[in-house]
Amino acid sequence: MIKTSPFHQRTSEANQTGLWSHWAGYLSASRYTASTKFEYYAVRNAAGVFDTSPLHKYRITGPDAELYLAGLLTRDIRKCRPGRAQYTTWLDDDGFVLEDGVVMRTAGDDFLLTTAHANKGFLDDHRLGKSVVIEDVSADHGALAVQGPLSGEIIKHLSPEATDLPYFGVTETKAGSIPVTISRTGFTGDLGYEIWVDSSHAVDLWDRLFNIGTPMGAIPIGEEALQMLRIEAGLLLIDVDFKSSRFAWNDDQRHTLREVGLGWMVRLDRDDRAFVGRKATEQDTPRWVTTGIVVDWQAWDSAYRSRGLIPEKDHAAALGGMMLYDSNVESIGHVTSFVYSPLLQRHIGIARIRPEHSTPGANVSLEVTIDHRYELIDASVTRLPFYDPERKTA
Amino acid sequence: MAARNYDAVVIGGGHNGLVHGAYLAKAGLSTLILERRHVVGGAAITEELYPGFQFTTFSYALSLLRPEVIHELELTKHGFMPLDMPSTFAPTEDGDYLFLTGDKGADHHEIARHSAHDADAYTAYSHMMEEVVEAIRPLIDSIPPDITSKDPEERARMAAIGSYLADLPPKTLHNMVRLLTGSAADVLEDYFESDIMQGWLASSGIIGSKVGPRSQGSGLVLLYHSFGEHDGAYGSWAFHKGGNGGFTQVLARSAESFGAEIRLSADVDHVAVDNGRATGVVLADGTEIDAGIVVSALDPRLTFTKLVDPLELPADLVENVRRMKFQGTSAKVNFALDSNPTYPGLEGRSDHYRGFFNIGPSLDYLERAFDDAKYGWYSAKPYIDGAIQSNVDPDMAPPGKAVMSCFIQYAPYELKESDWDTERDPFGDVVQAQLEHFFPGFGDLVLHREVVTPLDIERTVGLTEGNIFAGEFLAPQMFFFRPAPGWNQYRTPIHGYYQCGSGTHPGGCVMGAPGRFAAQQVIKDRSAAS
Repeated sequence: MIKTSPFHQRTSEANQTGLWSHWAGYLSASRYTASTKFEYYAVRNAAGVFDTSPLHKYRITGPDAELYLAGLLTRDIRKCRPGRAQYTTWLDDDGFVLEDGVVMRTAGDDFLLTTAHANKGFLDDHRLGKSVVIEDVSADHGALAVQGPLSGEIIKHLSPEATDLPYFGVTETKAGSIPVTISRTGFTGDLGYEIWVDSSHAVDLWDRLFNIGTPMGAIPIGEEALQMLRIEAGLLLIDVDFKSSRFAWNDDQRHTLREVGLGWMVRLDRDDRAFVGRKATEQDTPRWVTTGIVVDWQAWDSAYRSRGLIPEKDHAAALGGMMLYDSNVESIGHVTSFVYSPLLQRHIGIARIRPEHSTPGANVSLEVTIDHRYELIDASVTRLPFYDPERKTA
Repeated sequence: MAARNYDAVVIGGGHNGLVHGAYLAKAGLSTLILERRHVVGGAAITEELYPGFQFTTFSYALSLLRPEVIHELELTKHGFMPLDMPSTFAPTEDGDYLFLTGDKGADHHEIARHSAHDADAYTAYSHMMEEVVEAIRPLIDSIPPDITSKDPEERARMAAIGSYLADLPPKTLHNMVRLLTGSAADVLEDYFESDIMQGWLASSGIIGSKVGPRSQGSGLVLLYHSFGEHDGAYGSWAFHKGGNGGFTQVLARSAESFGAEIRLSADVDHVAVDNGRATGVVLADGTEIDAGIVVSALDPRLTFTKLVDPLELPADLVENVRRMKFQGTSAKVNFALDSNPTYPGLEGRSDHYRGFFNIGPSLDYLERAFDDAKYGWYSAKPYIDGAIQSNVDPDMAPPGKAVMSCFIQYAPYELKESDWDTERDPFGDVVQAQLEHFFPGFGDLVLHREVVTPLDIERTVGLTEGNIFAGEFLAPQMFFFRPAPGWNQYRTPIHGYYQCGSGTHPGGCVMGAPGRFAAQQVIKDRSAAS
């Protein structure tokens, strides 16, 4: 049976559209009001609040917790001090990406790992005799992502102790009398925080947060706005921009760390850890480069107008399956996530392209279907992210 | 005082002056933009007129800005941020309202509360308008031919327009002509039966113009405002981050990034002309600035009768400019509020304030408001195009407070047996009383009120008679004839002297097209001469 998040009492009141998606077995608001763009701009110009509770959450503790994670995760957890978090990945023995997630180190041997897929069995199987306790605490906690330029001001009033939290910092603190864990993380590419709360206090936290945030322009945002934001931020989404190697049918569906653009997570020359997939990563010759493409706006408009149509600038992200060609109409890659960016006033996409065609500035042709006909539209390769404000890390 | 030579000097740092200067600088011309005031933007400025509250004193939203300007001037690199205004809120005379959110299905039900017929008709009407907008777009987005010219190329362009129109679907062509020549009411009454739909939609047919919804010519104004487009949605409006002053700061940064120089508090007295050729400008303080190209971003009256001696110009042109209609008829009343106002029945909500609210509940209401103006007075019950902009951009007011822009009609420039300095406050009271009528308790929220009459627009911004479009949107003042027959291609009879303001094709609103087209002409003439 589909479940509801600990904030559902409030999210259901706020959701005027009645549109929900199913995310990890929970109802998740697609959008709260008719305008996805209004929710999108709340994050780019004020603050948006996203209920991120359906993420799977694992608490990993015990004397070997660090050792265990050091052998499992690509990023070196030993360098993650208590009070810090890492965006990380884990691989299979062949170096293919299994999943990505954020690990927060709240104390020396106390970690919280958030993931998109369920991972309890996988995590258990890799203990290999280490003294580590892995608990699935998914249902125990609710989480709200508060994102946007005014999010810092909201956090300052909500939990003054978290005011100076650095990028990817974590702190256990209080919001009024409510115990919370706050991390300076998010999935929007903007200044932002995520607040973790015991489910029993979730509604109280929501009310306290919006009492502070509403006068500043904070509004709840749904998945559609989040898609626009995360594509602009060049952030990959599992099952959209890559597939977990665990559930792929063949190696064409699998991708290495470098192929998904996350090669920076490992520094093999100065990292002596033996983590799962290390050997294969050392020998990896990437077949793909994950990068951005920007569509030529005039080419887009004229492709529509030449058929007597008004150019589509839909803010709903198109996920997967758009082909890219070179000037000889040879296939050179594909776009995995595609959206119109109001801030850039162009269509943008996260793409997987053959290395020889992936130089920033290189011209590519994007195949779109207009009135049931294929059209090739000029685009060019660009670096990710598309949008990267200084405030994100400042 | 020794002054630097420039390739081009642009008079006026309004949005078109900035757009124009940016294009010239991008083309490699050393360009100086001169602005009389202490801030660029012209009528597109944002001012903190009350501590913590940002006022869009004059122009207050963005819709018709051409995409070419956004991209060619790389505005997205300089902070371009057109925030969404998704809602439309229109109170009715009986205390009900029309509240549209942009969700087609939900909007259907909302309109059907007032008329099931109109709910269906709205879809048909929107489609018709989009067809006409698409059909007329190529004419708006290009420089019109010179109707007076015997040049074969100009004649061929005239013929091409004829062919283009003849190739349109007959129904679209007919609808276009109905709009261009008729009244907004004639078209809207064909589609809609409810007062609120007629009133709300007819409002776009009177904005900025001394016409009522039943006047011939209001159809043209309605069509013009339908050219607005944002991110693929026609007729939609956006609120730029920081107001239109925020937008013109983006334009200024773009212009400077291409190398244009902007000089503030530089009041141009006149254009220096030698033997029929512009040689530069002379500032009010006597400073002379030499430039082979001088471009006026001011309105046609100022361009042709103040900046240059009319004796330098053909008598026909001077006569046309003299009789060009300005007759500003719009005012602004802006408020700093202690909080959002309350509409009865929607207590505790603010989502109906995420766009414009429209006080124009019926054709009769609008027409009666116009009646007052016809006889030389401001409307006793004015039309109000309002927006509580802090709901769209929270930085416009302190947390929990609200800043409200109200565009008002009618407020004719010439008042019978009085003047605007006398009537400014009584007029503000009339507007506030009407807001109190629709939003009971409104007066208690007012922290500050700023009344901007047509006279204030003229005095502060320089727009003749306070006309917000730099010349009325009347058919004889559009396209081939804007600002005058034979002078619609941005040149003037004085060699090297050009015009790039909203008094040229296509016209007013924060569109940028006049500045862009004028730059194309300057650059074309310059390359032809070299």
